[in-house]
Amino acid sequence: MPDLLLDPRPEGLYCPAGGFYIDPAEPVAQAVVTHAHGDHARQGNARYHVARAGLGLMRERLGEPAAIEAYDYGEAFTLGEVQVSLHPSGHMLGAAQIRMEHAGNVAVVSGDYKREPDPTCAAFEPVPCDTFVTESTFGLPVYRWPPMTQVIDELLAWWDDCARRKVSAVLFCYALGKAQRLLAELAPRIDRVIYLHGALLRLTELYREAGVALPATQPLEEHARGAALAGELVLAPPSAAGSPWMRRFPNASTGFASGWMQIRGNRRRRGYDRGFVVSDHADWDGLVHSVRDSGARRVYVTHGDGHALVRYLREHGHDALPLAALGA
Amino acid sequence: MRRFVQLYAALDRTGSTTAKRDAIAAYLHDAPPDDATWAVYVLGGGKLRRLASATELRQATREATGYPDWLVEESYAHVGDLAEAIALLLPSGASGDDAALHVWMEDRLPGLARLDPATRVAQLRSWWQALPTDEVYLLNKLITGALRVGVSRRLVVQALAQWSQLPTDLIAHRLSGDWTPGAASLAALAQPAEDDAHRAHRPYPFFLASPLEAPVESLGERDKWLAEWKWDGIRAQLMRRDDQAQLWSRGEERLDGRFPEIEQAACTLPAGCVLDGEILAWDGAASAPRPFTALQKRIGKLKPGAKLLAETPVRFMAYDLLEQDGADLRERPLRERRERLATLLEGMPPTLLLSPAADTDGWAALTQLREQSRERHTEGLMLKRLDSPYRVGRRRGDWWKWKVDPYTLDAVLIYAQSGHGRRAGLFTDYTFGVWDRGHLVPVAKAYSGLDDAEIARLDAWVRAHTLERFGPVRSVEPEHVFELAYEAIQRSSRHKSGVAVRFPRILRWRTDLSIRDADRLEDLKRMAEG
Repeated sequence: MPDLLLDPRPEGLYCPAGGFYIDPAEPVAQAVVTHAHGDHARQGNARYHVARAGLGLMRERLGEPAAIEAYDYGEAFTLGEVQVSLHPSGHMLGAAQIRMEHAGNVAVVSGDYKREPDPTCAAFEPVPCDTFVTESTFGLPVYRWPPMTQVIDELLAWWDDCARRKVSAVLFCYALGKAQRLLAELAPRIDRVIYLHGALLRLTELYREAGVALPATQPLEEHARGAALAGELVLAPPSAAGSPWMRRFPNASTGFASGWMQIRGNRRRRGYDRGFVVSDHADWDGLVHSVRDSGARRVYVTHGDGHALVRYLREHGHDALPLAALGA
Repeated sequence: MRRFVQLYAALDRTGSTTAKRDAIAAYLHDAPPDDATWAVYVLGGGKLRRLASATELRQATREATGYPDWLVEESYAHVGDLAEAIALLLPSGASGDDAALHVWMEDRLPGLARLDPATRVAQLRSWWQALPTDEVYLLNKLITGALRVGVSRRLVVQALAQWSQLPTDLIAHRLSGDWTPGAASLAALAQPAEDDAHRAHRPYPFFLASPLEAPVESLGERDKWLAEWKWDGIRAQLMRRDDQAQLWSRGEERLDGRFPEIEQAACTLPAGCVLDGEILAWDGAASAPRPFTALQKRIGKLKPGAKLLAETPVRFMAYDLLEQDGADLRERPLRERRERLATLLEGMPPTLLLSPAADTDGWAALTQLREQSRERHTEGLMLKRLDSPYRVGRRRGDWWKWKVDPYTLDAVLIYAQSGHGRRAGLFTDYTFGVWDRGHLVPVAKAYSGLDDAEIARLDAWVRAHTLERFGPVRSVEPEHVFELAYEAIQRSSRHKSGVAVRFPRILRWRTDLSIRDADRLEDLKRMAEG
């Protein structure tokens, strides 16, 4: 029997009973979008349904004319024959899990999520369901995140060391979500200004407009270079690494904040001086616990190489499959 | 051990050799000598042997985490380093134990080796429980004996020189051979005066050649240079001191008893001399050595039996004289050292040979002579400046290796496995096949030769075109052809294909070729006979 709630199609994950797509890759009539990252929120759809907490970011991404319906977390609305509601996924500001109910059947597409506390967004909320779709970006038990306080300690020690050596501390991080989370985590620990690459300015402002407490930041002036930036912390997107933009720092120590920095080989290969283990995705324990918390009879795994997670879940009594198997 | 973990972290975080040298020197100033001496030992590549098997480490990991075997293996394949994978899999421990480095190295770890396997596994688990992740990692690295942190032996020598205010060459010499760690031996390293009783058992640091990349004519006048064949054997120093003869490998490992015919012949040399040369497999009356693969039969044998000695005899091809009558000749010009060496070897048994000069007038004639390298079973030519001293380590300018171009073959990528170290988590270890009656049979594995962009592209392709998984290995759709370079092909009964390809590496990704264009096994077999 075909699944009436989930049907992976080339355009994206389709909900047949509701007539909508989740995070479609190609333009469709009805799109429910989990969060504002570029590979999930794309322009060109006729109508969008998103969480209200992320509305500002969505407008920025999708443009002013886009037809966007915003909903509070937990607020039920109807698409086709399906009752839909959005629930916090803890991934970033406005990120949502999508709960779909049809004929007594409940499916939850968790989108990108994490279980660690994040001062910039609402915490992940376990939603009971029959079918649970989970990501598995970090689907091996070598990925277990250290406490954020420990990472911030390391980050501050690195900044102090750079200040002593009179070099700039350039921290690369994703411009949307990760950068603002780091700023918010740093806020109670520092009383100094943090410099921002141009790509972070508008997005950071949108977080402030949404009421997220962030420390003092300053755009990196066009002409600022050399000694003026010695000992300063600068946040920049990973794309700035190795670009002409970097030439303004004759002496800089570089860091990268990412879950991938957990592995020494990744740190060494990418050539950053320092790696800081910070991820907005669930770690292994987060994935396994979330599957357990959902109480789902059927689990689909998507994103990344979910092979190990699927096998582990199956050995622990879950009916788990790769999401791709559903379409096959 | 915490101070050493901090040093490791400092070394791991910087790519600058100056910063690394400073960090090691600072540690030597800070740390108690009985710890510092062990840091020098392990950073210089020293390891304790056979402490625990990989199987025992895996078993302890399964017991400590409750994860199944396959998940530990997948994690290892992803991380590319067993010590690190284990540290990341374990629940993070308390920092309840800060035993000194020398306690680990002299007491705890050697003690581990003496336990029975079950107790050893329990001991590992109890240590892991009392240490935070970074210390578990370092402990595992000490146990598996692969503590690589981008520190060369030369860098350790430089840091010791900086710390002790002594010349690097003197430190290098004092560290060579079987230097044993201990507070006293660290102090001896820093002693201004040389204690001759110790020198008797120490080889000289080897002088290493650099590959010649510029045209040979750029070296200037031909008659300022000695040209020799580049022998394809084991580089070694033959020491004849006091009443004994010793062979030392380039890894500064004693080869006692492995090549008895050379040790025996060396006893006819006058005492107090040290020769630099190459160990080669060489049959009695033959005019050229046998290929390296023949020598491989001898390499692993600690005590070769009479049959092996008769089947695969070896010779020592000497090309330099570093010491004579107990005097260090390394500062004398090569011209003089060669003359003394030639005189010394006159009338010696044929097991001790003088590496002949490849005499030609001018570079053009030498270039022509180099074409004979393969038929003479050599790798090419060596070019050495006649007025140069015998230097320490790899210094460019006086010794060049001028190798012949490798053979090549075109083969199809059929298996991929994830790599190690900075290639961890990427599919970078490849197996290649050639055609045999309509099937692709594996003939070579290669790990290097692609740039980072090509690796990333191929990695993504492998993930999307996996046919089957065999643990960490994936078979992939036959689609991509690569040009491989190699040094030789031999018939081999140990390989399913029937041939062994020596030192294969990727030259180019042949996107212009289809898999039908790849080489055929029968052609490789013909090469092996030729």
